[in-house]
Amino acid sequence: MDLTQPTPRITPDSDERRGFRAWLPYQSTDPCCEPVAHIRAENLSIAYEGHQALRNVNLEINRGCITALVGPSGCGKTSFLMSLNRLTDLIQRCQVTGKLHMNELDVLAQTTDLLHLRRAVGMIFQKPTVFPFSIRKNLELPLREHGTHDRMRLNSGIENVLKQVGLWHEVKDRLDRPAQGLSGGQQQRLCLARALVLSPDVLMLDEPCSALDPISSGIVEDLIVSLRGHYTVLIVTHNLAQARRIADHIAFFWSFEGVGNLVEYGTAQTIFETPAHELTAAYISGARG
Amino acid sequence: MSRQSRHVQEYGTTAIIWMAATMVVIPFLWLIGDLLWNGWTHLSWSFVFSAPQNAGREGGIGPILMSTMLIVGVCMGVAVPMGLGTALFLSEYTRHDHVLGRLIRGSLDVLAGVPSIVFGLFGNALFCQALGLGFSILSGGLTLACMVLPILIRTAEESFRAISREQRLSAAALGLSQPTTIRTILLPAAMPGLLVGGTLGLGRAFAETAALIFTSGYVDRMPESLMDSGRSLAVHIYDLAMNVAGGNPNAFATALVLVGLLLIINLFSSWIATRWTSLNQLPA
Repeated sequence: MDLTQPTPRITPDSDERRGFRAWLPYQSTDPCCEPVAHIRAENLSIAYEGHQALRNVNLEINRGCITALVGPSGCGKTSFLMSLNRLTDLIQRCQVTGKLHMNELDVLAQTTDLLHLRRAVGMIFQKPTVFPFSIRKNLELPLREHGTHDRMRLNSGIENVLKQVGLWHEVKDRLDRPAQGLSGGQQQRLCLARALVLSPDVLMLDEPCSALDPISSGIVEDLIVSLRGHYTVLIVTHNLAQARRIADHIAFFWSFEGVGNLVEYGTAQTIFETPAHELTAAYISGARG
Repeated sequence: MSRQSRHVQEYGTTAIIWMAATMVVIPFLWLIGDLLWNGWTHLSWSFVFSAPQNAGREGGIGPILMSTMLIVGVCMGVAVPMGLGTALFLSEYTRHDHVLGRLIRGSLDVLAGVPSIVFGLFGNALFCQALGLGFSILSGGLTLACMVLPILIRTAEESFRAISREQRLSAAALGLSQPTTIRTILLPAAMPGLLVGGTLGLGRAFAETAALIFTSGYVDRMPESLMDSGRSLAVHIYDLAMNVAGGNPNAFATALVLVGLLLIINLFSSWIATRWTSLNQLPA
């Protein structure tokens, strides 16, 4: 197979939604969670200052699943995430083309309310990005911004998310202390709590464990697993073992001549045990990438 | 290279660096020492608060201190909001290479290099004459504002740019609006840098002489409004030293007050800046 060519597409033989699925690469047929498409990308391409970073991604992400985006650096995984909550708008001369739907919402439409979109799509970055004030204020700020001002509701919301990320007992006595005094792992969990406090539908994590020590990384990973079924989780990771442990679906990206492509998408089992594309097999086995 | 010559080279380098550093400190200590030596005996509370007499040879600097405060107050009151706004515009609302941004930065660099006497003439032409404000504290303050704006804007812009991209992205990812992000995240994060810029600007405003001679004037009476002419500390020192025979003792005492004020402002702002940083970053 000529690896420099864009992703070949295989049309599943019998599928009711053939019209859309016909464009999906190597779509596996046995979804593990709710087999309901939550996010659909059609021919999604992203270019920075005229240079293509991601080309013609066709992908259907199921609701409530954990989908891992894997592949070498620079193949457009983070760009893909950032197009989902339109953070790409903040990047100078970044152009996103194609179609992107979240449920019925047309994400890329000019009329889309960005503040609402971003409320529905939480995002965690590689480095913990706590804001330079207290733990309480870190969590209150997004709630207040989206219209919750009642003290009781603020407090109960904060307590709930901190319990959800297992941080409550560690920080309940120092909620008013600076968030930057927490350890790296705790900061990352606080960031997760801050994203969850807005009750998003989708949670995107961009290499959330790569800046953490193995123990903190394990805690955050367990936490991500506990989100399965409650949120649609997309996680970019370079840690294949982690992807194998936690992901229901894997999207494998590869860069062809500097342009990112989605090479293969399927259940974690399929990707790890019977990958259809030889690049995937080579990457999984450690022979490439 | 032999072992000995390596030693010589190493000690030689260390000695030169130490000498250079010491030579920087000496003029500063000399200046403070000279001021204290000549001015300390004339300094008293009554000197600070009473009015000058006999062209400043006797009496104090009360009205002059008041005028200085008002001039600097007008200057900072105008320059800080304008400077912050421009810095936010440059760092948050335009691309780094945007034409308007480049134009503003270019003109600020030129403005920062303009001699203060030129600002004085400009202020006199614009504020005193064209706008009809005459020789007044308001004219002086506005002229000083033009002078300190470049410092304020450049330091503020740098402080905003130093904030990591991830902070902005994560604020946007939480659906925070631009005004909220600026108010709650960018301003507090940039505060230490803003304070440094503010102190630099304040220092320049306090110490300015040439620009004020032509704009706020010479009058050493207690000002009754911003439209009154008022003499600043630096102008008073200049006048006593250059134009008034026998004015030197009081010139030294006034200079001591001015340097003392600048030192207090510097110490206070660096105290706030460290306190601000430690408040937000001290391990909990």
